[in-house]
Amino acid sequence: MSLSYSCNGHICENLLVMDSFVRFLKEREQEQLIKILSFLFYIFRHDDLKEMLDSNKDSLKLEAMKRIVAMIARGKNASDLFPAVVKNVACKNIEVKKLVYVYLVRYAEEQQDLALLSISTFQRGLKDPNQLIRASALRVLSSIRVTIIVPIMMLAIKEAASDMSPYVRKTAAHAIPKLHSLDPEQKDQLIEVIEKLLADKTTLVAGSVVMAFEEVCPDRIDLIHKNYRKLCNLLIDVEEWGQVVIINMLTRYARTQFLNPNVNVSITHMCEKKRKPYVMDPDHRLLLRNTKPLLQSRNAAVVMAVAQLYFHLAPKAEVGIIAKALGMFEPYLKSFYIRSTDPTQIKILKLEVLTNLANEANISTILREFQTYIKSMDKDFVAASIQAIGRCATNIGEVRDTCLNGLVQLLSNRDELVVAESVVVIKKLLQMQPEQHSDIIKHMAKLIDNIQVPMARASILWLIGEYCEHVPKIAPDVLRKMAKSFTNEEDIVKLQIINLAAKLYLTNSKQTKLLTQYVLNLAKYDQNYDIRDRARFIRQLIVPTDKSGALNKYAKKLFLALKPAPVLESPFKDRDHFQLGSLSHLLNAKAAGYQELPDWPESAPDPSVRNVEVKDSVCAERTVLTGPEGAGVLLLQTTRGSSNIASGSDESGSGSESEESREETESEEEEEDEEEEKKKRKKLDKTKAKKQAEESAERCAIHTIHQIRTIAPSGSIKMYELLHRITGEGLAVEYCFSRQPFSPDPNMVAVQIQFTNNTNSETKNLHIEDPRLQSGMRIREFAEIGLQPTGESVTVVMGIDFCDSTQAANFQLCTHTRKFFVSIQPPVGELMTPTFLTENNFKKEQGERTSAHSRFNTHSCPTDCSFSSKHLSFFSSYVVVTPPPPPSAPVYRFAGKTVSSGCLVLVTVTTKEGGGAQLTVNCEKMVIGTMLVKDILQALSQ
Amino acid sequence: MIHSLFLISNAGDLFLEKHWKSVISRSVCDYFFEAREKAVEPDNVPPVIRTPHHYLINIYREKIFFVSVIQTEVPPLFVIEFLHRVAETFQDYFGECSETTIKDNVVIVYELLEEMLDNGFPLATESNILKELIRPPTILRSMVNTITGSSNVGETLPTGQLSTIPWRRAGVKYTSNEAYFDVVEEIDAILDKSGTAVFAEIQGVIDACVKLSGMPDLTLSFMNPRLLDDVSFHPCVRYKRWESERVISFIPPDGNFQLMSYHISAQNLVAIPVYVKQNISFFETGSSGRLDITVGPKQTMGKTLECLVVTVHMPKVVLSANLSATQGTYNYDPVTKILVWDIGKLNPQKLPNLKGSLSLQSGAPKPEENPSLNIDLKIQQLAISGLKVNRLDVYGEKYKPFKGVKYVTKAGKFQVRT
Repeated sequence: MSLSYSCNGHICENLLVMDSFVRFLKEREQEQLIKILSFLFYIFRHDDLKEMLDSNKDSLKLEAMKRIVAMIARGKNASDLFPAVVKNVACKNIEVKKLVYVYLVRYAEEQQDLALLSISTFQRGLKDPNQLIRASALRVLSSIRVTIIVPIMMLAIKEAASDMSPYVRKTAAHAIPKLHSLDPEQKDQLIEVIEKLLADKTTLVAGSVVMAFEEVCPDRIDLIHKNYRKLCNLLIDVEEWGQVVIINMLTRYARTQFLNPNVNVSITHMCEKKRKPYVMDPDHRLLLRNTKPLLQSRNAAVVMAVAQLYFHLAPKAEVGIIAKALGMFEPYLKSFYIRSTDPTQIKILKLEVLTNLANEANISTILREFQTYIKSMDKDFVAASIQAIGRCATNIGEVRDTCLNGLVQLLSNRDELVVAESVVVIKKLLQMQPEQHSDIIKHMAKLIDNIQVPMARASILWLIGEYCEHVPKIAPDVLRKMAKSFTNEEDIVKLQIINLAAKLYLTNSKQTKLLTQYVLNLAKYDQNYDIRDRARFIRQLIVPTDKSGALNKYAKKLFLALKPAPVLESPFKDRDHFQLGSLSHLLNAKAAGYQELPDWPESAPDPSVRNVEVKDSVCAERTVLTGPEGAGVLLLQTTRGSSNIASGSDESGSGSESEESREETESEEEEEDEEEEKKKRKKLDKTKAKKQAEESAERCAIHTIHQIRTIAPSGSIKMYELLHRITGEGLAVEYCFSRQPFSPDPNMVAVQIQFTNNTNSETKNLHIEDPRLQSGMRIREFAEIGLQPTGESVTVVMGIDFCDSTQAANFQLCTHTRKFFVSIQPPVGELMTPTFLTENNFKKEQGERTSAHSRFNTHSCPTDCSFSSKHLSFFSSYVVVTPPPPPSAPVYRFAGKTVSSGCLVLVTVTTKEGGGAQLTVNCEKMVIGTMLVKDILQALSQ
Repeated sequence: MIHSLFLISNAGDLFLEKHWKSVISRSVCDYFFEAREKAVEPDNVPPVIRTPHHYLINIYREKIFFVSVIQTEVPPLFVIEFLHRVAETFQDYFGECSETTIKDNVVIVYELLEEMLDNGFPLATESNILKELIRPPTILRSMVNTITGSSNVGETLPTGQLSTIPWRRAGVKYTSNEAYFDVVEEIDAILDKSGTAVFAEIQGVIDACVKLSGMPDLTLSFMNPRLLDDVSFHPCVRYKRWESERVISFIPPDGNFQLMSYHISAQNLVAIPVYVKQNISFFETGSSGRLDITVGPKQTMGKTLECLVVTVHMPKVVLSANLSATQGTYNYDPVTKILVWDIGKLNPQKLPNLKGSLSLQSGAPKPEENPSLNIDLKIQQLAISGLKVNRLDVYGEKYKPFKGVKYVTKAGKFQVRT
């Protein structure tokens, strides 16, 4: 068959092949010939398209691709064109290219080998200077479901995750679940990417990465901690689809991290001593406050997401605010009145709401409304209305008789369905107080002649049997009629006839003995197993024979026991355990991928996990950690790289305008909440990028706004002197290691430098010159400080890549008049940043670093006191590490990695009984390891 | 999330399929067809259909079923809202969203669907971003493209994608700057037999057509903002300003968009602009009935009622109608059993009346219930709630735009029980 796949697409050639083929087949039978001809037609049918695709003209190619895409859209098979199409993947015309992408994604799975031909084009596309091309290359590459390219996809995703363009990073986030579904074994690596993207500060990425998180690792709540507040604050600016996903995820998060705001009332008296009065975690409040304005969204899914968040998380008193948006409560009763033109499912839902809203005050209005519904032409809806009346009657005792009378009137309705439904409901109502209603039972007994609906007939029979003492004369007569028609009845009716017979036999055997025997005999030869079984069982039970056992004595008790009245239940009951607004909730069945909404925790997990500043992370005493309120805290926004500053262009200009106006209102609110959130000490100072020519339109979009955060000098961070006031001739310079990630380059250590101008003239043009560095070391200078007035302090941040060594970085600090030689030498602890490892991961990593050159022990620390919190704070202030997950065990674990090469550093402190401790450092870098041990010991012995 | 999308015409023709993950056979739609058949009316098709391996979430719009295939948990409203956004985008691009326009523009439709979702998760749904990626078809452009060979597809990332205001593109320029606002109110009401309102409320929207250069910052204020108690906004509106000052402050998208929608609930007294006197009866014998409907103006605030239409869904047994109308024309469709009386403009001096006899299927029992009447109407230059725009201020740009506000009241779901 290989002959058919000549891709050159010249019709004449193909015709030749066809011709010889046909000649060859002439000897064969006619039918087969036709079959084969149609097959040949199938092979050659797309020749014109192939020819167009092979031409040099883009317009022809475009036309061909358009026709092919139209085929795909209609569901026609176009897979045989694959070789011809895939050749055009590198076509210059962007529309052709896009349509080729559409085709590739559709058929790559079926034609894996040929699809591989296109991969190199995408790999090239990933490096394109145009971000749209980079993004679409990644989109297509990750959409081709071919397992061989998994490593390529992984690499592409990792690179795209640190792309400068947030749009490309967003695409990377979208690619994560694609790869995960293709190869679940990549999960661990993908989680790393998710972790990285979760830290992204742009609104564009937020929704997509949370989506990836939900699909790949929804149980890794720990990844959210550090990003929780950021997500809350970004939420309003995220696009609407992202908002839905984030809100749903945060609902689940909040259920694991905060206490139930509604529980304290009932439980406090039980364990008064233990439980402190409930105070809402400020982070819990933050979520509720930041989602509330979204109730005004035009997108119903967003409104629903906020509503369910309030439903699941808010204190009872506050849930009311969603009522208006959803229209849930009593004042809105009339909004649920039903029109004859509503679709059936809407009618049923409205009916359900009305029934649930019914109470003593409004029941008469509701019942009047229900009466109009019973006349509807939609019979399903009439049936539902009758059931609703029944439920109102059971829930509200006052109207039971009214409802019952109304329903009895319906028994004379012309429509049999209406009557049948009424019978079923009346049966349930009568069960509640049968004594008072023997006339209704009589009335219903008469109905048995006319009603044909099996369920209704069964209900009437059951009713007569159950209350045969109230209708002693009618009951045997009904049984007589039923015995006559037994063979023609439906199964459920037959069962009830047997039931009726049994009960009458027990109460009135004189009149009904023979009838019962007759019915049981009929049942004995019924076609249905159940009916035969039931007949046999009942006969043994009620008819005394010598063989019948002890049960016979109790037959009356068994059959005529007082039965509890049924509860008329809503068909929408029993779905409360699903998260409101989810597919599972709607279907009342767990859909694949549904994440259970966890119960509130008994006691709140450590709230400090959400603190973002590193120094906050070890001890939970917040008071120590909060620096002087707002002092010198700046959030600088700079554009990446000096070359791009000019090209902030339109969108950043317009963006900041709108942000600003939001900011104004937000800051007002912040003031209100200041007491609640003392830690909040941000003020934004924006350096607006100037608008300039649009020359590098390509580049401009690449620029990213990075936030470089400087922190307030506080007790826990040590300031070093760079230039003394005297040597600096009035200019004093101090620096500290801010222990924040240096966002323009994650491999650099952020150094915060504070200039204080003590001269009596202005200092101008402060900048760095002539850095002298060891090979491999790099430096990223701060932007030149143009002017520094007398007596003022200015703080800037610069980045230095120390290459994980404690070698000093030397450079000149220049003003407009003078130059000073200075050097910065980092203590070994500042070369690390904390990372989060679970205890198991920690142990695993530690196990891999046990060789002699990566492990540094001391047998005992020279501490005589036990390892105390004082030392913990030492660790926090000096060696930058993450706290051990539960600090309960006498083993303290700290994990970090070096800033430059990302090499893991693990510190274990094992306390010993009776004082003293053992210190172990595991690190592949020998120098770092030894120095760290030395430094820690020195610090501990101080 | 959204796995695949199938577009199915009212007649049951599956005319477009699109998959965002691996291909799902179109045979999955058989479950939909089954439900469609069971529902009789297209409106009654359940929005979520469960099949052994998938969930089908569908909407019915412009005589097209948009059927999406879902495999895992997702908020159903998320999907429904997205499907509506797809339909709106088609409408925006092609002027109308119908089977014919979709078939005629199938390539653009496909390109749009490709951009709107990535791996089943919405990527770009903002009309202004989409229009930069894929230009809407115009006769002029398609002519130019055939001659020059240029394409309809944008080569750079739309500026809106990266901005905090994705709904507006940069560098908008107009020679004449205009901003028009249409306040459109619909009355949803149920009147009982005697003509008193059982229930009435107003659903309002403000549609805007803003063609302003540069990056204008607009503030729209009302004379009586307290009227509005339940509002929802286009993402461009600043919630906080509304909450604190009751003004609508926003940087508008370019072109047509819906600025806000609001709801004035049943608690406020809603003026009912029309009354209906009706008498429909079916006789016990003779297989016939009578119909007599008169329509008159009620609280119209001195304006004229226009485009008045009365629609009656007759019971199945009504075979034909022999009526006479003093104004307008009537039409009874014996297949759908719908009687439509198109009155047009209401003349308050001479009230329109429709009178005559109905003939029923012989032998059939007389209908239990009288059919209810649905009313359609339109009042120009009036917002029935009394809502009034006070002023529109433009900040951030120097020009003086041309501004205009129009009010219209329509009947929404307006039903008279008989």
